[in-house]
Amino acid sequence: MKQITARPKVLLDVPMHYCPGCTHGVAHRLVAEAIDELGIRGRTIGVASVGCSVFMYNYLDLDFQQAAHGRAPAVATGIKRVLPDRIVFTYQGDGDLAAIGTAEIVHAANRGENITVIFINNAVYGMTGGQMAPTTLLGMRTTTTPFGRDARQAGYPIRVVELLNTLRGPAYLARVALAGPANIHRARKAIRRAFQTQVEGRGFSLVEVLSTCPVTWGMAPVEAVRWLEEHMLPEFPLGEFRTPEAREAVLVPLGGGGKG
Amino acid sequence: MLMKGNEAIAEAALRAGVQAYFGYPITPQSELPEYMARELQQRGGVFLQAESEVAAINMVYGAGGAGARVMTSTSSPGVSLMQEGLSYLVGAEVPCVIVNMVRGGPGLGNIAPAQSDYFQATRSAGHGDGRLIVLAPSTIQEAADLTILAFDLAERYRNPVMILGDGILGQMMEPVSFPPPLRRERDLSWATTGAGDGPRRLINSIYLDPDELEQHNLRLLEKYRRAQQEEVRWEAYRMEDAVLAVAAYGLAARVARSAVDRARAKGLAAGLLRPVTLFAFPAAAFREAAERVRAFLAVEMSAGQMVEDVRLAVEGRVPVFFYGRLGGVVPTPPEVLQQLEQVAAEVAR
Repeated sequence: MKQITARPKVLLDVPMHYCPGCTHGVAHRLVAEAIDELGIRGRTIGVASVGCSVFMYNYLDLDFQQAAHGRAPAVATGIKRVLPDRIVFTYQGDGDLAAIGTAEIVHAANRGENITVIFINNAVYGMTGGQMAPTTLLGMRTTTTPFGRDARQAGYPIRVVELLNTLRGPAYLARVALAGPANIHRARKAIRRAFQTQVEGRGFSLVEVLSTCPVTWGMAPVEAVRWLEEHMLPEFPLGEFRTPEAREAVLVPLGGGGKG
Repeated sequence: MLMKGNEAIAEAALRAGVQAYFGYPITPQSELPEYMARELQQRGGVFLQAESEVAAINMVYGAGGAGARVMTSTSSPGVSLMQEGLSYLVGAEVPCVIVNMVRGGPGLGNIAPAQSDYFQATRSAGHGDGRLIVLAPSTIQEAADLTILAFDLAERYRNPVMILGDGILGQMMEPVSFPPPLRRERDLSWATTGAGDGPRRLINSIYLDPDELEQHNLRLLEKYRRAQQEEVRWEAYRMEDAVLAVAAYGLAARVARSAVDRARAKGLAAGLLRPVTLFAFPAAAFREAAERVRAFLAVEMSAGQMVEDVRLAVEGRVPVFFYGRLGGVVPTPPEVLQQLEQVAAEVAR
């Protein structure tokens, strides 16, 4: 009998604390698969951030640092700079990365910091109970936008990948969705490619992962996936926005450009 | 050699084997990152100018948690921004060194030397129940020596250590000598090095269960108690037969020393008790001195912050007077002498 699938070695066999239908479990597994496939378990350090996924370190058999809210890219920078042969990744939610941690993510990306960022966008603050996120859609009801997000009062959803794609630093930028087997398969490839980018020393990589939060959205899990497809995909288009090859083709050589 | 204080601290850190420096420019300490940018990278270390003090202290957290000897430096407004990170560093027990070249406040204040961050440095490391170990140099040689000590204490206690200097200490030049580069045997069995050679490691400050968090806090408290036993440092100057004692640290202590000499020349038996460790405060030395002197005069470049620790130590045995200049104004020896004479008249009454 041929075994075609198994729990990734780096993914610990323990119950997760996530709500029913939450996609963190899927995203964790995809990260674990990438680490297994690239054979980097013995040299990978994770940075967990504030949000539901702060306990990620309970589920992956890796060294972990827990960062203050929004600061994971700075923490990862500190680790990577002193241990350049290690693989360092952050796992951050939308409030963490795109609100309180905006400066840290923009500057880590702009420095081309050789780290990998897994960015979970579920359009809402999950752990604190369903408040508006920077990525909350216009018209979407949350506990702090009870009448729906109004751009005049609360601005627009931030498109993180497009924002970072204006910088010259990043090597790999992609947006994927945890909605249906085909999309999850593409997400798996993108996350693996992001880690591969770091392993090859090519610079900053980030994968935005459109995810569901059925409990704070007030939906059944299957309904939540449908809602993601219908409402989030038009706002947040999927695809690879930047690849290392495309970047290196137009890049000014490192250390060049200035006088003298 | 003759060096600026900021550069002497940087060189001392290099001799202590600092492996990484993260910081954000702010006056009056920018010579320190500039020195590091030149020298640390050439000696195989990591220098990175962060996008903010918030990011810098979190880079320190990452690098320190990964086992590197790491430091940052800043001045008062920058330390305010680092409070969040300091709390996490203390909670997760990550060793590091922070240099605060204090300037006048509050708010943007000015760039003149001050001692108005004493409370911020000694009372709490950000939110929560954590503490910093705080060292206060008075000369440039002492700044260099205490920098080396700071790295050792940070690792011994797995706690951030702050060098608290009055801004001018970074700017002025004095002769200084350094020990040869040090090699320290370091226990990194706790650090997240990603070596994958044993059980996974965690740098963390979250304990959801209140009982667990209480136990964690009690462990931290035990470390501070140990520091209060073993790491207290102070200097007593002409205290043997002193009737009046000045309490002062850092730059104010230099002024006070001169005032003590002038008082002695006029026949007034004054002495100086100078805390070198602000946390742990040399409370026993003050308590003991209170048995012999008639009064204390605390002299600070603040509205009166260290004086609270003096009063706590003295516990009402003798009166504690206070003289402070604010906003970056440095008191002069004649001013302090005049205060001493007033105190002498007061206690003679």
